[in-house]
Amino acid sequence: MSELQQRQIQLEVLRYNPETDTAPRYQTYSVPCLEEWVVLDALNYIKDHLDPTLSYRWSCHMAVCGSCGMMVNGEPKLACKAFIHEYKEGQIKVEPMANFPIERDLVTSVEDFITKLASVKPYLIPKEDKPVSAGEFKQTPAELKKFKQYTLCINCMLCYAACPQYALVPEFLGPAAISMAHRYNQDSRDGGRDQRQEVIASDEGVWECSFVGACSEVCPKHVDPAGALQQIKVASTIDWYKEHLMPWMKK
Amino acid sequence: MNSKPYVREVSKTTWFLSHPRYKRYMAREVTCIFIFAYTFLLIAALGALANGQEAFDAFVLGLGGPLGVLFNVVVLIATVYHSLSWFVVTPQAMPIQMGEEFVAGHIIVNAHYGAWAVVSLIILFWGM
Repeated sequence: MSELQQRQIQLEVLRYNPETDTAPRYQTYSVPCLEEWVVLDALNYIKDHLDPTLSYRWSCHMAVCGSCGMMVNGEPKLACKAFIHEYKEGQIKVEPMANFPIERDLVTSVEDFITKLASVKPYLIPKEDKPVSAGEFKQTPAELKKFKQYTLCINCMLCYAACPQYALVPEFLGPAAISMAHRYNQDSRDGGRDQRQEVIASDEGVWECSFVGACSEVCPKHVDPAGALQQIKVASTIDWYKEHLMPWMKK
Repeated sequence: MNSKPYVREVSKTTWFLSHPRYKRYMAREVTCIFIFAYTFLLIAALGALANGQEAFDAFVLGLGGPLGVLFNVVVLIATVYHSLSWFVVTPQAMPIQMGEEFVAGHIIVNAHYGAWAVVSLIILFWGM
């Protein structure tokens, strides 16, 4: 087996200590990185060997937990999926996720997203109550496929960090929350669309989106939130025409 | 809880300069201004038409001048860019599920190109 390649990388990290700093500042660490490493490994090396005060979130190291979202060279990335070998220059800039307030170093405040996600009722609202004894809600493979891709969201919030609309209008419900609403709306077992429409078809909902498409470009799980938002716009527009041009069609 | 989270301000006027994908988006949005401008040309054409054959002929003759040709070429380029930038995202906005599988994105995009070509040909030969 050949020996693992090692390369000295300058990691320029945006740091902020709320107790002592009035504004964030960059600190550069020189890290002996293996080519197989990801940026998260380099951060762990800093934490273990160079500077134990560096704060950042991480958990699974395999793009499942969605904790280690940050800006790597200005691009929203999961630090566990940003491979060192993809950065040919000897310098990598690491900053906390854009569009979120910085709590400390690379840790951001995510309350806004959590509140918005809860507001779209991201859970099954069955069409009718049915006792457990009546058996399961059945679904065909085609019905499953209709929403499967949206179930892959890991709430990493990279889509919010990429979305200029969210940056400019913080009230915007945002890509992930609306995609999650779409995931349940598309589910054949669900009957909660009317309840969600009030929130997601509002001005702060899909109509704040101008289809920049950045959310889908950065999504590490290929959820395509931009697609979900446009599909909701189409469905909401059809609703409007039905209501105003064909009132007799009303449910 | 931290009492002093730091909020990074985003420039309301220059934000799109920070990334190529935002510039591409702005290019798509800005090109619609040329289409808007062209609608004024159409209104002017209608006005000339209302003023009779002579006025309309003069209007058409004017369009054949360097400024008229330049305007049309610029608008055409902007319109083509604007249209193509929308065509490529159509599979996201209107996915088609047939049976279990979704129709491949490139088929939906190509269908738009096809429809565009057909409509263009019809308009071209209609006038001949």
